[in-house]
Amino acid sequence: MKRALVLAAMLALAVAGCGGDDDARGASADATRLVVSAASSMTEALESCAPGFEEAENADVRLSFAGSDELAAQIRQGAPVDAYAAANTRLPEELYDEDLLTKPVEFATNEFVLAAPADSQIDSVEDVAEEGTKVVVGSESVPIGSYTRESLAKLPPAQETAILANVVSNEPDVKGIVGKLTQGAGDAGFVYVTDVNATGGDLKAIDLPAELEPQVTYGAGVPTAAREPELGQSFVDGLTSGPCADALAEAGFGSAP
Amino acid sequence: MRRFALLLALSLAVTLTFLTLPIVAIFLDSSPAELVRSLGEPGALDALWLSLRTTAISIAIILLVGTPAAYLLATRSFRGRALIVTLIELPLVLPPAVAGIALLAAVGPSGILGGSVESAGIQLTFATAGVVVALTFVASPFYIRQAIAAFASVDRVLLDASRTLGASESRGFLRVMIPVALPGLAAGTALAVGRALGEFGATLMFAGSFEGITQTVPLAIYDRFSTEFDAALALSAVLVAVSAAILLSVKLVQGGRALSGWQVE
Repeated sequence: MKRALVLAAMLALAVAGCGGDDDARGASADATRLVVSAASSMTEALESCAPGFEEAENADVRLSFAGSDELAAQIRQGAPVDAYAAANTRLPEELYDEDLLTKPVEFATNEFVLAAPADSQIDSVEDVAEEGTKVVVGSESVPIGSYTRESLAKLPPAQETAILANVVSNEPDVKGIVGKLTQGAGDAGFVYVTDVNATGGDLKAIDLPAELEPQVTYGAGVPTAAREPELGQSFVDGLTSGPCADALAEAGFGSAP
Repeated sequence: MRRFALLLALSLAVTLTFLTLPIVAIFLDSSPAELVRSLGEPGALDALWLSLRTTAISIAIILLVGTPAAYLLATRSFRGRALIVTLIELPLVLPPAVAGIALLAAVGPSGILGGSVESAGIQLTFATAGVVVALTFVASPFYIRQAIAAFASVDRVLLDASRTLGASESRGFLRVMIPVALPGLAAGTALAVGRALGEFGATLMFAGSFEGITQTVPLAIYDRFSTEFDAALALSAVLVAVSAAILLSVKLVQGGRALSGWQVE
């Protein structure tokens, strides 16, 4: 009988223990938890400014990086997210139309570039169309993948076909593309200039002709199901002005149009 | 003591609900018509076919190389044996992402053996062969571990008897050890098949994701998760069905053997 009670108590403790990791990152015990879902391309910038935000707002910021589309799907499935920052404006607008997000704001722009290992011979779109070049792109559902297809569609059809035929992998987010290039597995890929900057010289960014460059604008909003809507809103506001906006600028993002 | 029995029953109920509810939800959330329609799209069939092919090849490799290796480890004792077993079991507890990084570091284009692999004319990254390597790496410990246990539990009297009757060790291995250990070997195979079919992280990181070449069912599910949730559900349902069929067939084989008195007590 006593043993049964002990066993039950242990079970209860185990269950209660699941939620007890608040202090793991040094946030003070009464800090409010803020869950931020952001596009992979902002990883370095937001990680560098999150501690400042935590201190200023007495918050415990949980950053979750993935492809913007995966994050949007999580919000649709009811994930408790307080701020959503995507690598395009289409996904936040879609969530807004579905009443799942507040009116999105445009907070940054990025430059769509061709990337290749720093010592690579590749330095133009023509080189990428050469037969046998291993090209890594984003899958169609992730913003970088749709920007890539949008951009390639502006090329002469033969060149577009040649490049698409060279695609060896459709990665679920930009980190996957960059990883394949820095590992020397892929010869070239289409990413944002900020991703190239973040590799610290391992990759080089090759500017595309202006007519090929899609307008890359980042949008953010607060999910209507947010647990901390006010704090979420101040994080989103901070993307346009404040330490996080500065961190984005430092990483190579442009300011919103 | 009745309270204790109650506690036991409650624990079982909690366990059962927790483990089956998500799987039941996959089927409740997708109608059979939806399932058939989603499978009709070429990408889904490509992914299924690729998964079955790569799993079959890697299981063949695992059985062919792993069975004699497991036999050796089960029947000989030598210095460093425990260390070898531990090293073989290590991938079992490795996170898939670590497996992916490890494979890149070893046989990726800029890995320590990358140059020799390339000069041998073998392409692994972005190639189906790379998927097979990833599956074999993560799945083989599941089989070998089980196979060692299966061989070790065979009564040595049987093998000794075959030797006294003039059979060579290789003959004893093929004609005595393997048949007697078969239920255990089958269980190990099933675990390895399950792990190989479900492999995700190592494949994505090491081999990439391309329809028909490297995009296995789990990668196809992830690719559809954001834009076509129904299609992702349908593919998941198929994977559950295939995995359940494998598990069931092994249980049947083992049950059949046990009933006909094949198992050595």
